[in-house]
Amino acid sequence: MLSVKNLSVAFGGVQALKLDQFDLKENELRVVIGPNGAGKSTFMDIICGKTKPDEGSILFKGEELIGMSEVKITEMGVGRKFQKPTVFTGLSVFDNMLLGLKVKKDIISTFFYKTKKEHLDKIHEIALKVGLQDDLDKIAGSLSHGKKQWLEIAIVLLQDPELMLIDEPAAGMSDSEAEKTGNLLCELSNSHSVIVIEHDMKFVEQIAIDQVSVLVRGSILTQGTFQEVKNDQQVIDCYLGAPDSAQAQRSA
Amino acid sequence: MPLGNLLGFVETNTMTLWGRYFCFAIAAIGIDLIWGYTGVLSMTQAFFFCLGAYGIGMYMTLSNLPEGHQLPAFMEWNQVTELPTFWAPFSSFPLAFILSLLVPALFSLIFGFFVFRSRIQGVYFAIITQALALAMFLLFSRNETMLGGTNGLTDFKYLLGFDLRETSTKLGLYFLSFIVLCLIYIYSSFLTKSKFGKGLVAIRDSESRMRFTGYGVSAYKITIFMIGSVIAAIGGMLYLPQTGIITPGRMDVQASIEMIVWVALGGRGNLKGAVLGAIVVNLLYSIFTSILPGGWLYVLGGLFVITVLYLDKGMIGLFQQIQAYIKTFFASDKNNKEAEDVENEVINVSA
Repeated sequence: MLSVKNLSVAFGGVQALKLDQFDLKENELRVVIGPNGAGKSTFMDIICGKTKPDEGSILFKGEELIGMSEVKITEMGVGRKFQKPTVFTGLSVFDNMLLGLKVKKDIISTFFYKTKKEHLDKIHEIALKVGLQDDLDKIAGSLSHGKKQWLEIAIVLLQDPELMLIDEPAAGMSDSEAEKTGNLLCELSNSHSVIVIEHDMKFVEQIAIDQVSVLVRGSILTQGTFQEVKNDQQVIDCYLGAPDSAQAQRSA
Repeated sequence: MPLGNLLGFVETNTMTLWGRYFCFAIAAIGIDLIWGYTGVLSMTQAFFFCLGAYGIGMYMTLSNLPEGHQLPAFMEWNQVTELPTFWAPFSSFPLAFILSLLVPALFSLIFGFFVFRSRIQGVYFAIITQALALAMFLLFSRNETMLGGTNGLTDFKYLLGFDLRETSTKLGLYFLSFIVLCLIYIYSSFLTKSKFGKGLVAIRDSESRMRFTGYGVSAYKITIFMIGSVIAAIGGMLYLPQTGIITPGRMDVQASIEMIVWVALGGRGNLKGAVLGAIVVNLLYSIFTSILPGGWLYVLGGLFVITVLYLDKGMIGLFQQIQAYIKTFFASDKNNKEAEDVENEVINVSA
């Protein structure tokens, strides 16, 4: 599905990322954890075309993503959710989702676009999935932080992506909201490949149904199930700290 | 107002003045589409306005040559013996008409292509367009450009055989401006309500989200920049015969900024606001320059400061607020009454 090799990028002489190998299977949910500045978001930026790497290769469904435009990568089936919830604040929730819908997105097509019933059905289906079915008429800017996160996930989902890159979906969410988000992500991984960046270890535990990768100083330190990673001495030293301070990490 | 004119209450000059306001309002709609809806601050719209005006002006110059003269007077003064090639098509009205629209369209397409493709945004775009406005002002001011230099193009008596001094011609131009304003308003409101228009607002709100939702943002920006510029040119084409003169002074940086002020004062992101702003500011300009010639800029500056500080959505936003306030006032009035009724009933029951 996704195969990353020898990826490296430096910002002003500082090596931000140096990945030897990163592979993702179909319908896998991979959680990427690591300390601040480990290069997690940079990694996603490179996959979706926002940042150009110095060298390396990213094969997605057998095609090289590096060098492709963001729009082309999106069309290939890579969906990106940003860390800070980014929605179209001046438009209604419905219009936000309408823009996400996978239809032709060139100027002529959008100019003459007429809403079709199957499009409405799709929007309602996704709205129900992310729990925004009652907010469709609201202005997106008026939504709570958590609902904005869900709306952004909905916009990405409506593009029908095969690979979803989700950056800190639970940041700033209440416990119940985070749990709902976790369930949503696990459900999504039945039909999508998903990479999730996350800090909150409680949340990671909930969604780590497959593998967890630990990124430290731009490289993969280790990879394994949640339990393996959690008990790995290297990971504890570099990131999690002693078991009792892991508690502190959780509440932070 | 036209009725008032026929009955003799409203002077024909006032009508022409309003006809000009309509032309400004047309240009303001174009700015609102680019800036208010898409969030791209273009500081060169007065230049596009003037391209339209110059196009029609060149036709009118050639069709108004005094008898026995082959060249416009300013060319003769500059010892030009032959009409420059780029003037030639403007001797025919249809060609001049098409070129007045086509030149700004192509200019904005090419300029937009290079600027938006290299992802120049925000303040940088504003500064580049301002530089363009200045460059064009200097270019048009030169005698060598063969467009009349700082004196511009003037001295017109007829347009398509109509005498511009006739009241009926003036009225006709007034109505034409009004109708074109209405048509452009309808077209623009259709545009903003379409999915394309929603895409423009989405670009304003988050360009990168839009890009990662699979939209070619640059193409959208180029398109709306073109549409806005052509709309400005249409305003200029109607403006010229009603003013009788076009000089580079109309396209200097200040003129473009003034146009932005109209939209800001009226309420950006709202087509009614743009029209209202253009008309109100120009009306105030006419009033203040006659009663308080030196004070106009202070009034304009004051209005602008008030808008920026207190009226986030401009005048139209203020109206909407008042409207909403009245609505809730009456609604709460009704609620109070209902509450009173309930209270009375309770009293009745307990009695």
